[in-house]
Amino acid sequence: MARTRIYVPRETAAVSMGADEVALEVARLAKKNSIDVELIRNGSWGASWLEPLLEVEVDGTRIAYGNVEASDVEGLFRADLVNGGEHPRRLGPTTEIDYLISQDRWTFWRCGLVNPLSLDDFLAHNGFKALLQAFADGQESVLTAVADSGLRGRGGAGFPTGIKWRTVADAPGEQKYIACNADEGDSGTFSDRLLMEGDPLGLIESMTIAGFAVGASKGYIYLRSEYPLAHSVLTRAIDTARGAGWLGGNIQDSGFDFDIELHLGAGSYVCGEETAMLESLEGKKGIVRYKPPLPALEGLFGKPTIVNNVVSLASVPNIIKLGAERYAGMGVNRSKGTLAFQLAGNIKRGGMVEKAFGVTLRELIEEYGGGTASGRPVKAVQVGGPLGAYIPTQQLDVVMDYEAFMEIGAMIGHGGIVVFDDTANMAELARFAMEFCAIESCGKCTPCRIGSTRGAEVIDKLIAGEKRDENYDLLVDLCDTMEGASLCAMGGMTPYPVRSVLKYFAEDFASSAEG
Amino acid sequence: MATIDKQTTSEIVAEHNARPELLVQILQTIIGRFGWLPEETIRQLADELNLSRADVHGVVQYYHDFRTEEPGRHIIKICQAEACQAMGSNALTEYAKKTLAMSFHDTENDITLEPVYCLGNCACAPAVMVDGKTIGRVDEQRFNALLENLRGAD
Repeated sequence: MARTRIYVPRETAAVSMGADEVALEVARLAKKNSIDVELIRNGSWGASWLEPLLEVEVDGTRIAYGNVEASDVEGLFRADLVNGGEHPRRLGPTTEIDYLISQDRWTFWRCGLVNPLSLDDFLAHNGFKALLQAFADGQESVLTAVADSGLRGRGGAGFPTGIKWRTVADAPGEQKYIACNADEGDSGTFSDRLLMEGDPLGLIESMTIAGFAVGASKGYIYLRSEYPLAHSVLTRAIDTARGAGWLGGNIQDSGFDFDIELHLGAGSYVCGEETAMLESLEGKKGIVRYKPPLPALEGLFGKPTIVNNVVSLASVPNIIKLGAERYAGMGVNRSKGTLAFQLAGNIKRGGMVEKAFGVTLRELIEEYGGGTASGRPVKAVQVGGPLGAYIPTQQLDVVMDYEAFMEIGAMIGHGGIVVFDDTANMAELARFAMEFCAIESCGKCTPCRIGSTRGAEVIDKLIAGEKRDENYDLLVDLCDTMEGASLCAMGGMTPYPVRSVLKYFAEDFASSAEG
Repeated sequence: MATIDKQTTSEIVAEHNARPELLVQILQTIIGRFGWLPEETIRQLADELNLSRADVHGVVQYYHDFRTEEPGRHIIKICQAEACQAMGSNALTEYAKKTLAMSFHDTENDITLEPVYCLGNCACAPAVMVDGKTIGRVDEQRFNALLENLRGAD
């Protein structure tokens, strides 16, 4: 009998739900029953709610089984798993799972599909083709494609990537750097992690393209320490790429040199801010820098530096291969292309949904997410991490578009969508926003450092029902100061969630006092 | 956890080519292997990297990961961020503190309990990290099972 391929993801969410134990059990039982199995630890397709998602390849088609536990494996084999047999866990062919096939997979198309640590598998799936095309077409062509695609920074700020790359390319200086921001600290976000764990070689290719386009010979990945599995995957992928001549000197005889150093963060949220990240990469405290100078002109070690989020970078290879027009053809208004939306918190079908901009928040939460996990009504949705506004249900029809979100005082940020049901106490969440800012503030500017502590105190008084009108005005005033006078988004945007609670959920302050 | 000795510190510095700009990476390597940073190590690093002791101290104090007290053999981190709060992490935290009779940052019976702000497992909340491994959908029952496992492993 031919060898059977079985896929069990080696990705944090899957592993957190028991994928390693499932993989061990598959290996053990295959051996015991003399079934010839090739066990592949792929990345995740992103349907976290189905993890561990086991797949078996039958005549070239992958058949999926969802929420598999180690104790299910024996029964699966008995149900003729190797031929895709019937079983309560069976979902059918992976390519027919609605949640996945209705997405617009541009950046994440290899995630789940390939073995992340196999160079052969990567090459068999268009790996490094965009890089070779970039070498053939030249720097100018890459810079033009990225600009024409309309790609904007996916880390949260939404700055046009093409302008950033052009600035670095035009900046004088021999030494330039690519700094990949993989300090994905926003609650409700995990798309960077999915990509690094599922397609690390794709990120390496993307960074190399960026280096080639702007004339940088060295790249850094700044990875948060809360992602140990991503660290292990990236470390091996970088070694693999280097060993095969895809990193290092004279890459594939192109005459272009590029190498990547992987750095770990150390638990500081503010190091996701680009200048704090650069400080940390230089081995210092992650304290925010004044801007200007822009990192594009004076960045890492004072040299011109591209600071890009993982997903921004990883969107580039297909822009080169498939064309900027195709990317720009997706999306709405000035929000072009796709974003990896992440459904999190109290949601039935949590996971990553890569969709063109223009989808509504309601479609994501109801059609993809299936509503709350608890089955209770949605009360609020925080989009864009801890600095994002709490959106009330009457605004769920907002279109996913950077500018449309700004109009309602919210932000898309890195695309994290955290759903709360009607048991959530919004006053406590407003307090948490201030408390989190107090814990994570780098301390350089006063509005953020002191304002956050004072903010938590004032909210405590409001919750206690103390001098309500006076403290309300004080809190609004404090939000104005933090927003207007903080050095970076940490202090400058902490008022967003606070204000949204004051505006849409003020009754929670009253009920807290009564309760 | 063990305590790093002088020679190992020097070896780790050498592995990083004594580059002072790799201070965060050197400290993270030590934390990864030993879990904490004794005062003598901080002094030694300052000497060997040609940095002032104040510089090294500043960096150590700045980052949450850089413990200066010896942790327990097992480290349990409970996510406190919004996505986990939406799935009951506050109640789970209270339960854990009560069950272990500990507060955050305490070490008792070879267990250290810490808060963490997002493990990136937000679709399988609430999340807990035990000895570097992230566990999803942790309720009281699953938390008890984790503790049983830790105790069984000792």
